[in-house]
Amino acid sequence: MNAQGRLDALEELPLRSGEDVVRLRKAVRDRAVALGFSLVDQTKIVTAASELGRNTIQHGGGGRAEVAFVSDPRRKGIRLEFIDEGPGIADIAQALVDGFSTGGGLGLGLSGAKRLSSEFQIESAPGKGTRVAIVRWKPS
Amino acid sequence: MERIPILRMGRILLVTIQVDMHDQLALQLQDDLTARIVRDRANGVLIDISSLDVVDSFIGRMISNIAAMSSVLDARTVVVGMQPAVAITLVELGLELEGVRTALNVEKGMALLQEAAA
Repeated sequence: MNAQGRLDALEELPLRSGEDVVRLRKAVRDRAVALGFSLVDQTKIVTAASELGRNTIQHGGGGRAEVAFVSDPRRKGIRLEFIDEGPGIADIAQALVDGFSTGGGLGLGLSGAKRLSSEFQIESAPGKGTRVAIVRWKPS
Repeated sequence: MERIPILRMGRILLVTIQVDMHDQLALQLQDDLTARIVRDRANGVLIDISSLDVVDSFIGRMISNIAAMSSVLDARTVVVGMQPAVAITLVELGLELEGVRTALNVEKGMALLQEAAA
């Protein structure tokens, strides 16, 4: 997926187990602290990462996350991309509706993560896996 | 196996979550708490989340489940110490902790439970 802006210090984390999600939350928190995010902004990006990381495991059958700093001439932020080779999503619009769930959860993962992010992109098709990318910019 | 400890004070069970829980650990706590409510004949459960810097939809659901299960077992649940940043994020995430009573700190939470039991 195309990133808007320049990526730095890209790190790849596996997403196979619940412990991997804990490691992802820690990695994202460290990045947010390093960029000087406020406590609320740290919490938002870490929570979004947690939701999307769990989706990758539960719906995508596991995969990986790419964590990076992103910058353009005006601002800095964190970019996260979640990649799986799972069954994919047939109806993306429906998957983004609050409360829609195929995994027995609350159906807030995708829609909630979108609300917690500054930018949100999703690419998926049946049999083609899913890629979700989010950016949270640091307010200037 | 890794577990979150559950303390008992009279008829109140006390849980302080001090680690970043993976999902399995959260489910284990839910099971352990329901078993202990019955075994210890508890009428109150106090969950201190002041050390948690993230509550996502999974942890949120676990908290709601514990409140619902304890209510069926004739016990009340109070969640205390939620960090302001966590509360703000929960609302934006769209999570409503339905049926969950909250208090600012352990002292106020205990008072709430004792009042309800009196």
